[in-house]
Amino acid sequence: MRAQDEAAIVACIPSLRRYARGLTADVDRADDLVQDTLERVWRRFSMWQQRGEVRAWMFGIMHNQFVDRLRAQQSRPERAAGDDLPEAAERPTQADRLEVRDLDSVLQRLAPEQREVLLLVAVEGLSYREVALALGTPLGTVMSRLSRARARLRAELQGDDTADAAAAKLQRVK
Amino acid sequence: MDDTDTSAPKAGSTGVPPIAEADLHAYADGQLAAPRRDEVERYLATHAEERRRVDDWRRQNEALHALLDPVLGEPLPLRLPLKAETAAWRWRALAAGVVLCIASAGVAWIARGAVDAEALRVAQSAPPAAASGELAGFARRAAIAHVVYSPEVRRPVEVGADQEQALVTWLTRRLGGPVKAPALGALGYELIGGRLLPGESGPVAQFMYGATDRPRLTLYVTTEAPGQEVAFRFGRQGKVNVFYWVEGRFGYALSAETGKDELARVAEEVFRQLKPGGG
Repeated sequence: MRAQDEAAIVACIPSLRRYARGLTADVDRADDLVQDTLERVWRRFSMWQQRGEVRAWMFGIMHNQFVDRLRAQQSRPERAAGDDLPEAAERPTQADRLEVRDLDSVLQRLAPEQREVLLLVAVEGLSYREVALALGTPLGTVMSRLSRARARLRAELQGDDTADAAAAKLQRVK
Repeated sequence: MDDTDTSAPKAGSTGVPPIAEADLHAYADGQLAAPRRDEVERYLATHAEERRRVDDWRRQNEALHALLDPVLGEPLPLRLPLKAETAAWRWRALAAGVVLCIASAGVAWIARGAVDAEALRVAQSAPPAAASGELAGFARRAAIAHVVYSPEVRRPVEVGADQEQALVTWLTRRLGGPVKAPALGALGYELIGGRLLPGESGPVAQFMYGATDRPRLTLYVTTEAPGQEVAFRFGRQGKVNVFYWVEGRFGYALSAETGKDELARVAEEVFRQLKPGGG
């Protein structure tokens, strides 16, 4: 492996850690994910063959790791991440600004495949095509996941004018 | 459910291709090229509801960055493999580490407005003549690193002193020779931890010590010192006093914003512990 390729991979690690933290919120679990990803990255580097951005390739490997973990969790059910969160953080009032803590809890309650797309687009700045390649899904699927993720965030955090949020408000009024 | 099409906004009445929801996302994410971007811009000017959605999405992007970007500046956990495991120790693996350290030092540098002024002042002061008592070479780099990292409250070090063994092993591996953190408890200084920094041509280690009643000390350990032994010298860079010396293949520099006499007392102890057979 050439030194500059090695350096390119190492330089991506902070961004891999940021993505993993968004996926799982838990620091140790996120770094487990990064560690497993890096082990595979170093082993499979020769398969990358300079096609596209190395970072997108690494996100793809992390996606596979993440999906494997989700499957393992499903066969051995745990409480959903959202159940651990304080009630107050889940229902911001209309006056609330988009607060970081609330955002984290809503993020973790998104469907995992929506969370992946949202983070890769909004935080990691991948193009929609790169996201589709990294996740192995059609472009149209990427767009619909992105749309749903953003609608959910909007309903929960910025709170008005969607049917879901309106329904939630009605229920609280009763 | 996941793959169904989402409702798209209606097209304008002109010859412009209809604006789909995908266009609005691409617009919000800055992924549209100029002609289409202008078309979406014009569409949004007359569609207040869509404009609000796009603005909200952009705010979401900013909020997600605010939530997650701090991870970028965190020190990397030791357990992450930083090179292929099967590869033997090579200099170029060090180069990779140095790139990383430059990146993280850069982030730290940018993140810290208040320190910048002093660090830049120290860094930019002309390399002085030896006679002036100011610093050159590794001792000067040590003083700069001291100014950059010692005020850091939240993350002054990459590896904490509670992992001292791991720290020393790690720094030894990265520096390519046995590195030791002197014990200065008898002088009132406790090891806070250490970090790896980019030197001129390879990595250098920085140990940081804290005392309850005095400013922090940093000990800079480099393999870039000139070949000959240099016994104990004193210099000053800005407000930072530095004692430095070369022992075997390592150059050492002890920096602090404390008085020369106090620093000399500590430096003698460090010198005693680090010389071959010392400690």
